Amino acid sequence: MKKIILTLNAILLILTSTNAQEKAPTGKELFGDLKARHIGPALMSGRFIDIEPHPTNNRILFAGAAGGGVWKTINGGATFDPVFDEHAQSIGAIKIDPTDPDKTVWVGTGEIWTRNSVSVGDGLYKSTDGGISWKNKGFKKSERISAIAINPKNNSEMYVAVMGALWGDSEERGIYKSNDAGETWKNVLYTDESTGAAELLLDPNNPNILYASMWKFRRTPWGFESGGTTSGIYKSTDAGANWSKIHKGFPEGKLGRIALAMAPSDSSILYAAVETESEKTNGLYKSTDAGASWELLNNDFGLTVRPFYFARLAVDPKNPDIVVKGGLFGSLSRDGGKTFQDLGPQHSDIHDIVFDLNDSNRLYTATDGGIYRSWDSGSTFEIVEDLPVSQFYHISVDDAIPYNVYGGLQDNQSWYGPSASPGGIEARDWNLIGDGDGFRVLKHATKPIIYSEMQGAQYVWRYNTELNQTKNVAPPAENDEKLRFNWNAPMALSVHAPDRFYMGSQYLHKSEDMGNTWVKISPDLTTNDPKKQDLESGGLSADKSGAETHTTIFTIAESPLDEKIIWVGTDDGNVQLTRDGGKSWKNVIANVPALPANTWVYHIEASVHNAGTAYAVFDGHSSGDMNTYVYKTTDFGSSWQSIVTPEIKGFARNIQEDYEKKDLLFLGTEFGLFITTNGGKNWSHFTNNLPEVAVHYIELQKRTSDLVLGTHGRGIIIVDNIAPLRQINDTVLEKDLHFFDTSPGIIEETSGFNSTSKETEFVGENPSSLVKIMYYMKKRHTFGKMTMQIQDLEGNVIVEPTPGKSKGINIVTWDYLKKAPKVAIGKIPSFVIAPKADAGTYKVIITKGKETYEHLIEVKNDPKSAVTPAERAANKSLTLRLFNTIEDLAYLGYRIDTTVEMLKDTDSKNAIKFKEGLNTLKAKLVITTGDRYVQESEPELREKLSALYNEVVDTFEKPSQARFKNADTYERQLKDAWEEYHKLENKYMASINKEREKAKKEIFELKSKDDFLEK
Amino acid sequence: MKALKSLVVLALMLVMNGVSAQTAEEIIANYIENTGGAEAWAEVDATKMSATVNQGGMSIPVTVYNTKEGKQAVVIEFNGQKITQMAFDGKSLWTTNFMSMKPEKSSEEMTQNMVLNNNDFPSPLLNYKENGYEVEYVGTETKEGAETYKVKITQEPVMVNGVETPSISYYYFDTENFVPIAIETTQMGQNINITMSDYQEVEGLYFPFSMSQAGQPFQMSEIIINPEIDETIFEYPGE
Repeated sequence: MKKIILTLNAILLILTSTNAQEKAPTGKELFGDLKARHIGPALMSGRFIDIEPHPTNNRILFAGAAGGGVWKTINGGATFDPVFDEHAQSIGAIKIDPTDPDKTVWVGTGEIWTRNSVSVGDGLYKSTDGGISWKNKGFKKSERISAIAINPKNNSEMYVAVMGALWGDSEERGIYKSNDAGETWKNVLYTDESTGAAELLLDPNNPNILYASMWKFRRTPWGFESGGTTSGIYKSTDAGANWSKIHKGFPEGKLGRIALAMAPSDSSILYAAVETESEKTNGLYKSTDAGASWELLNNDFGLTVRPFYFARLAVDPKNPDIVVKGGLFGSLSRDGGKTFQDLGPQHSDIHDIVFDLNDSNRLYTATDGGIYRSWDSGSTFEIVEDLPVSQFYHISVDDAIPYNVYGGLQDNQSWYGPSASPGGIEARDWNLIGDGDGFRVLKHATKPIIYSEMQGAQYVWRYNTELNQTKNVAPPAENDEKLRFNWNAPMALSVHAPDRFYMGSQYLHKSEDMGNTWVKISPDLTTNDPKKQDLESGGLSADKSGAETHTTIFTIAESPLDEKIIWVGTDDGNVQLTRDGGKSWKNVIANVPALPANTWVYHIEASVHNAGTAYAVFDGHSSGDMNTYVYKTTDFGSSWQSIVTPEIKGFARNIQEDYEKKDLLFLGTEFGLFITTNGGKNWSHFTNNLPEVAVHYIELQKRTSDLVLGTHGRGIIIVDNIAPLRQINDTVLEKDLHFFDTSPGIIEETSGFNSTSKETEFVGENPSSLVKIMYYMKKRHTFGKMTMQIQDLEGNVIVEPTPGKSKGINIVTWDYLKKAPKVAIGKIPSFVIAPKADAGTYKVIITKGKETYEHLIEVKNDPKSAVTPAERAANKSLTLRLFNTIEDLAYLGYRIDTTVEMLKDTDSKNAIKFKEGLNTLKAKLVITTGDRYVQESEPELREKLSALYNEVVDTFEKPSQARFKNADTYERQLKDAWEEYHKLENKYMASINKEREKAKKEIFELKSKDDFLEK
Repeated sequence: MKALKSLVVLALMLVMNGVSAQTAEEIIANYIENTGGAEAWAEVDATKMSATVNQGGMSIPVTVYNTKEGKQAVVIEFNGQKITQMAFDGKSLWTTNFMSMKPEKSSEEMTQNMVLNNNDFPSPLLNYKENGYEVEYVGTETKEGAETYKVKITQEPVMVNGVETPSISYYYFDTENFVPIAIETTQMGQNINITMSDYQEVEGLYFPFSMSQAGQPFQMSEIIINPEIDETIFEYPGE
């Protein structure tokens, strides 16, 4: 029966594999081992929205980031790990089920601190394994979820507060209730399509009592509006069936965003931070009668500043008088809300605060610059150092070795750092090159100059990295005319003239002298629509930061093939082209089909392959349009074709063209990276170690072919060397196994000195300098043997690495090590290093069943090496000598050990003497006592030989004369030992064998040296 | 010819069965059947697996012993020297200290967690019902480029640094042949990913001869079913 099943299995395999051929592989099936690496940075971290402590185990907390997913700590916040990488990275609320806290966790996605740059979520998720895996439980179009409440006595009964769409109307808002643990939902509180739920509390003492804060809000590309008559606090006393406003003590009129908290030690005490029509009535209200009436206690700046951004109150779990409010600096009261002091120094913009469940001295905050811990009740704070959730708006790269990555961050300045660094890319590798919010950063092609900027081009720094000097080179306004710079103002360089520098306001400005002098080379290229130039942003509370400046230029692209061709895109939907260096301009937006008017032009990519070719990415999300818009023109904008397919998830912001294969394109969307190898006919979501994070900008480093992503929430993420993607075509995909050509591996001669970062710090991953063996397999290898050998060209086997078995792209690396020598056995094992292979060409052979596949790879010496070929050869020759001596000693050791073992039960005179002689000899050859640490014994020949060998093999240069002499000495000693051994053997072996023959015992037979080494 | 025909029919049934397999029980039953059958698996009392691990050019032979009673031993041969890296006799867990080369008992917490595995030979999938483990079919997922059935298995909770913690693992079964090609599990609170391939037959049972844990490959050269084992290798030898 067994056999039959196996045969069936074989048939089954054949049947299903024929089916599988029909569909071209995409996503994980294609990309296989091609994985992204994260380089951070984490030193400035990024914005966190919500912290959720475990209700009984204070080692466990979850933290939700603005654009960087969910992180879990199991060590009280010393370190965190990401646990939500496969889902939308913008987080609104996290809730641990109080009845099943080790397993059941809920995440509502979509940030709720609704600044202009917020990302969007895609619904509610549930984990039943403590955060390892997650399942969507609805609300996919909700955009933002602000709170989740679960009945602590019955977890089937739960509630979700949906804040809803920020940039448009939506009916998916308000409070929803489930009676079946989240399987089905019913809306139980709804006011209108522009009012969402901003907070939700459940009274743990009486789970029928709920409080919800509703908020009317709306954002446009040019403004923000908070407040209306539909905002307010609602209470239900019947588990959500009926709700009534509880406003006794609040002023009449419109209300804005309301923060709400309940004292855990007394659920009749409520605090509310209320945004009203008047500064006098804004502030902190308190109720001591479960919301029946409210009293205004305080309207300090810290309690009323930017309600849309700071609306979180927290009350000490034991003391109802200790209350904290998130804010610019955070405010803490110890007298029930009458007076407040600022929280201790930490990154500004505090969004959430949680107390430890046992010890109120311990608290955690979520800020624009990461998670902080306090041990003294909020006076002193320390940052968590391993949260790389930096939010880049833009990145660029240079051509240094290793190349650097430059970029600007939300509320965290501008930086550059290396793509590789000894021991990994750590905090100390990053250089600060700006202030305020950072956006675009560009490196001058030939000079030690970096351009960076802060919001609205208030400053445009030209920074000299050698002199550490800056100059503000922002294009000045002339004749008192107001320049409209976007919050994220565009700048661009030219590949034709390294000193040329472009910036865009409503005009295109050009400088030929690195920003010292400027000329306007365009008229106003925007719609200049006065309705979109509203400067009174904010609603009930004014919020004039310049962040909403609209009708501006947003993207500039000079053609790499012709400097007279310049593309400009504006945030109000114009695509402008000049083909004469700015003398005349043509708006080609009307030629773009099926695009809503005035859709933000986020990026234009001028092709390197053809002067008339360009790609344009449009983003309408800030007008409530979440569609993906990517177009290509090949005729200078006269016609455009959409290259979007339903395979793409999320609105797009950036596209990068490959420099070599014109149909290989990389697209960054709100939910990650998408790749096409056929000019946009099909797109694949790249998810290998790449979370569903918003990719704001993509660069392709030319020398390394590394794809560098500036993400808005997970820092800089790199996909090293995308060269195999250039080699993918239908023929390759049809082969069972196809090797890709890879660049030669470099045997680096670096110091090996390592990182300085401490245990709790993030360290970015380095690229591998090892030679890569890359191949595509049509099917995953699961049954039968599959092996790999690396051989030299004469066919000698050097090593046998384990091959990858995945369907799609497999990557196997070789560390250039050959086999290590066999060493003699002693009291403790001896460590020897394997010798490195020579530079040259090697053959890779994969054997899979009956098939073999061959490919050549190349290995090179470090081009930076100071070692001459003759010196290198001297090193190799001594290495080989010592290698052989070590193995010769191992063989002698084997003969001695085996003989002694065979004679262990023989006590004839001869045998005893023979054993004595052998043991004495052995004691001179290897250590026979001690340990590896403080009881280390004096080295014997094996230890000395290994030490000398390790010294030589670990370097590349010619060994010193003394080392050659030491080698002579050890070789002589070994020769003497062999002589002594042979003497003993000649003296006793024959007679002992005779004795054994008599006693009918087995005659000695020792392996030959070749056989011994072969084993 | 007739036999062949009925085989094809059976195969088609299997294909259809494959497509509609939606419960964890069915997926695991298919796996057991396709790798030798429950009866044959029940006859396995112990295994001895010989493997090689390559590290820095050194190939280190590793022998792993497992018995039905939960006894385990991992013996490595480091430069010719046999070292019991870890052993467990069903009650006490011990390792060899690499500085002193002496045996040392592991912490009580690790030992107790190990005791929980006593009923998991040769795999927690084979007797999950008797052990009261929860199994749940989660859905299909692409692993190693291949389409897999994801099955969640919840075992007895373990202690991690003094705190009781759920023990949840995920097995990914290739939808084409129902053998697991990847496992995601946790050990001492750390996530561990294991991949498996090169399934080969040993006395009618199928075992993965190539495994990789956290990127470290483990190449099996031989698997012996019900080998002769010197029981003393499991026992703590004392100071």
